[in-house]
Amino acid sequence: MIQQIAFVITLGIAAFLIRKRTLRIRDNIKLGKPNNIKDRPSERLQNMLLVAFGQKKMFKKVIPALLHFFIYVGFLVINLEVLEFVVDGVLGTHRVFAPFLGSFYGVLMNVFEFLAVAVLLACVFFLLRRNVMSIPRFQSAELNKWPRLDANLILITEIVLMTAILSMNAADQLLQGRDEHYVATGNLFFSSFLIPLFENLSTSTLILVERFAWWFHIIGILGFAVYVTYSKHLHIFLAFPNTYYGKLEAKGHINNMPVVTNEVKSMLGIGTDAPATPAEPGRFGAKDINDLSWNSLMAAYSCTECGRCTAECPANLTGKKLSPRKIMMDTRDRMEDVGNSIAVGGAGLNDGKSLLGDYITKEEINACTSCNACVEACPVLINPLEIIVELRRYVSMEESGAPASWNNMYQNIETNFAPWKFSPSDRFNWSKEG
Amino acid sequence: MNIPVVADLAAKGESPEVLFWVGCAGSYDDRYKRVTKAFVKIMNAVGTNFAVLGTEESCTGDPARRAGNEFLFQMQAMSNIQVLNGYGIKKIVTACPHCFNTIKNEYPELGGNYEVIHHSTFLQQLINDGKIKLEGGGSFKGKKITYHDSCYLGRANNIYEAPRQVLEALDADLVEMKRCRTTGLCCGAGGAQMFKDAEKGKKEINVERAEEALSTGAKTIAVACPFCMTMMTDGVKNKEKEAEVSVKDLAELIVEAKGL
Repeated sequence: MIQQIAFVITLGIAAFLIRKRTLRIRDNIKLGKPNNIKDRPSERLQNMLLVAFGQKKMFKKVIPALLHFFIYVGFLVINLEVLEFVVDGVLGTHRVFAPFLGSFYGVLMNVFEFLAVAVLLACVFFLLRRNVMSIPRFQSAELNKWPRLDANLILITEIVLMTAILSMNAADQLLQGRDEHYVATGNLFFSSFLIPLFENLSTSTLILVERFAWWFHIIGILGFAVYVTYSKHLHIFLAFPNTYYGKLEAKGHINNMPVVTNEVKSMLGIGTDAPATPAEPGRFGAKDINDLSWNSLMAAYSCTECGRCTAECPANLTGKKLSPRKIMMDTRDRMEDVGNSIAVGGAGLNDGKSLLGDYITKEEINACTSCNACVEACPVLINPLEIIVELRRYVSMEESGAPASWNNMYQNIETNFAPWKFSPSDRFNWSKEG
Repeated sequence: MNIPVVADLAAKGESPEVLFWVGCAGSYDDRYKRVTKAFVKIMNAVGTNFAVLGTEESCTGDPARRAGNEFLFQMQAMSNIQVLNGYGIKKIVTACPHCFNTIKNEYPELGGNYEVIHHSTFLQQLINDGKIKLEGGGSFKGKKITYHDSCYLGRANNIYEAPRQVLEALDADLVEMKRCRTTGLCCGAGGAQMFKDAEKGKKEINVERAEEALSTGAKTIAVACPFCMTMMTDGVKNKEKEAEVSVKDLAELIVEAKGL
């Protein structure tokens, strides 16, 4: 009974914390500009199924994709076991589903154990990849301090949680012969290798081990669920909406600015159906997160910092400051800072800082070749280029702060209708040259 | 060379089947003017009913939009669309992937709806339709050629095969760089980089790409974009290989192979 009460309280605390944090993330995303994305729902659904659920883009790198796939399936399937944990915890039962499923229960448990071992091995391998093998995208400066620790904590937690499941099952199997509370599951293949560690223990100690592992695992899972909402690991949930709302147009297409269209039309004396002055003109381009569309902000929370974008970025590869991953990390950091400030009644967006300038520099955005390598590389359809273009728009149109040679190029287009300084009357001269 | 101008045709009450959008580089850049002329030669040879805008053409606005000056982009776009719609243009071919991308993907929401094709696709169709026959492949038979993907054709518009099929028709030995198709490395000029110096870094992007192209051992680097043409040519010069290795556009290769 005490265990049941303790469990319900634990569950309640976790639910409270997750709810609070989810609302905060939602509010932070809602700082962005509205962008009504309702077109082509079936294409969007298909993208979500293929790219998020089916992990299509992960498989460009086969080995990490397979290992990641084990962790992903492990996460989905082992959560079924967590459901049993929760029911057992609330009702004070033990393996409540076993009597209903009969011998199939044992089969299911063996599948879970196989996945637990696969997850464990994959996490060990990922720890090695991150910390021992020198893979450039895991060594970048933008991962220093928290991001690197975050990644390692996630992997270590998963290893510990899987170890807890296997230990619990080993102790449980021994107890099945000694205490009638423990229902028979049949042989559990992987955890039976751990039996020698426990078989000399007394029944009461074994119960203690089993109970400890059970509690450790469920508290670990709930704690991890809370932790995830503060971490780069949020992609496990946000990859789904992010792929759903991902860009459907050709990658070369840059989003139109209807506000500008209206002004240009009136300047050129072309009739426009839209009202002459839009209700809320706002800024041209983006200086801060509230100038970006909400889906760009959600994308920042969906980023798991894998760095495939940066590894393909021609600017980054040749030593420029630009890193598409950092663009997404900075956007999220800015949202977090603003959100935290608002939560304590602080200045929020008016804290004297802005995304452009204090987080992302002009040198970074000026280095982009708009080649879409980052967009192509992202396994969850994040588009760093959209943010870069919005920031450039602010610099060019609000600050007139583009590099001098770009201002020259603008001037050439305005006066000569070509980006170079040639006379428009010479445009067709090529036809007369030999 | 026969180069009909849309305005002249309009005066006679005619309009071309396809408008050849030359682009600023194709009109003013000495190197790319040769590509423009090569493409015109091909269209003349196969009897394409085409015309150009001549002095009525103007920058699509691509570099302005990508550098962040949306006003200037839309001014350019709208006035171009007025001209194109005024002449009732339905189909456009261009040898510039940036013009191609802008007119194809960005003009429709501003009122410009045309069938837009890049010259690589146009050439591929001519080959497939048997209008260009390359018996024996001419002078490129068995020679190593590598193709550098333009970002604005490849990733931006998923055109990977058309340029390669053109090269295969030359019977050349097409050797791929390690980074090709979806992972092709940019030449460094997109996103208006063509019009400014690169930001501070360890290396120029075009040098990195030229090294990769040279490492294939190909004596010809095929490109399909004016910016790639400039960047790859400069990269090859930077490695002092310009005497042995040439950078050429698909249209030039066909003209050479056919002896047009």
